[in-house]
Amino acid sequence: MSGNGASSSSLNMISGEDVVNNNLTALVVDDSPLLRLLHEIHLKKYGLKVQVAENGKVAVDLFHLGASFDLVLMDKEMPVMNGVEATKELRAMGVTSMIVGVTSKDGPGEQQAFMEAGLDYCFEKPLTPEIISILLEELNKHNKKD
Amino acid sequence: RWKPRLLECEIPASNPKSLQISKPKKVNLRPHFLLLKFAFLPGFKYPVAKTGLPLWMLGLDADRLRADLNRLLAFLFHLGILDEQYLQLQQLQDESSPNFVSEVVNIYFHESEKLLRNLRSLLMDRDFSDYDKMGIHLNQFIGSSSSIGAKRVRNVCVAFRAASDQNNRAGCLRALELLEHEYCILKNKLHELFQIEQQRLLAAGVRYPMLN
Repeated sequence: MSGNGASSSSLNMISGEDVVNNNLTALVVDDSPLLRLLHEIHLKKYGLKVQVAENGKVAVDLFHLGASFDLVLMDKEMPVMNGVEATKELRAMGVTSMIVGVTSKDGPGEQQAFMEAGLDYCFEKPLTPEIISILLEELNKHNKKD
Repeated sequence: RWKPRLLECEIPASNPKSLQISKPKKVNLRPHFLLLKFAFLPGFKYPVAKTGLPLWMLGLDADRLRADLNRLLAFLFHLGILDEQYLQLQQLQDESSPNFVSEVVNIYFHESEKLLRNLRSLLMDRDFSDYDKMGIHLNQFIGSSSSIGAKRVRNVCVAFRAASDQNNRAGCLRALELLEHEYCILKNKLHELFQIEQQRLLAAGVRYPMLN
């Protein structure tokens, strides 16, 4: 998928104007306070309950403590534990949440390595409302199947 | 037939090289003079602001300031200093988060100045060789600049990162100077935007008098 640098299987470009879901939870994992705030506000506008974590280790610890989230927005470059390591660890724990990587302008090789860690999708920062609404549509479809 | 005199706001022209935000402007007061017919009702008192101007006239400043704001934004877009991501930020601002844009931008300033200090500190070290660390700082800068629509700053960071990837110290130094310059321009222009917005909100806060 082109546009915002997504390297993933194709997503259905369905309009997400009416995607407001009060049941979904999300975890924003990013070392930048600005990106955490931005993505948090974006997701809250769609009715999601949002938590934040400043690095991969905090995110993994949350899951270890029994937390679960429908959506995880995972930054790639973070101190302590980066996005690649955190994603591998979460998948190894059996976490089946939708994990979406967000990166700065990386080369295709680096995004590929991030995808191979276990991401569902990968996009360039920042996530736009269009991308978020598409992701939520996909989440809702997954939840209906379950 | 008597016609109301048009007001002209004479504002001195600024430096020709910079944007002339406020130009002499003619304002048509005809719709507002319709209110004057109520002034002759017995017992009616026109509310007067501290400046001595009738309150209903102060609302005109809000329109002028909004026009100034839009002109400045268009100028910043035209120069590539900001891009449409800044508009996305504005769309996230509402009654529940009325200061969202200024909060985000203040966080951006705080983060950016820390990153610029770190980058300068790395490059000023004679024995500097940790280009990986520099790349991490630059990735952060690229991400945060993209998030607020700081297009030119972001582009300079990308060029800076390319120099860092090639371990090109001279190129990194040049890029750092350009980055500091672009960041200063962005910060000044955003401050200008917020000042105009503050003035506009103050002026728009004046309401027309309730007429019984």
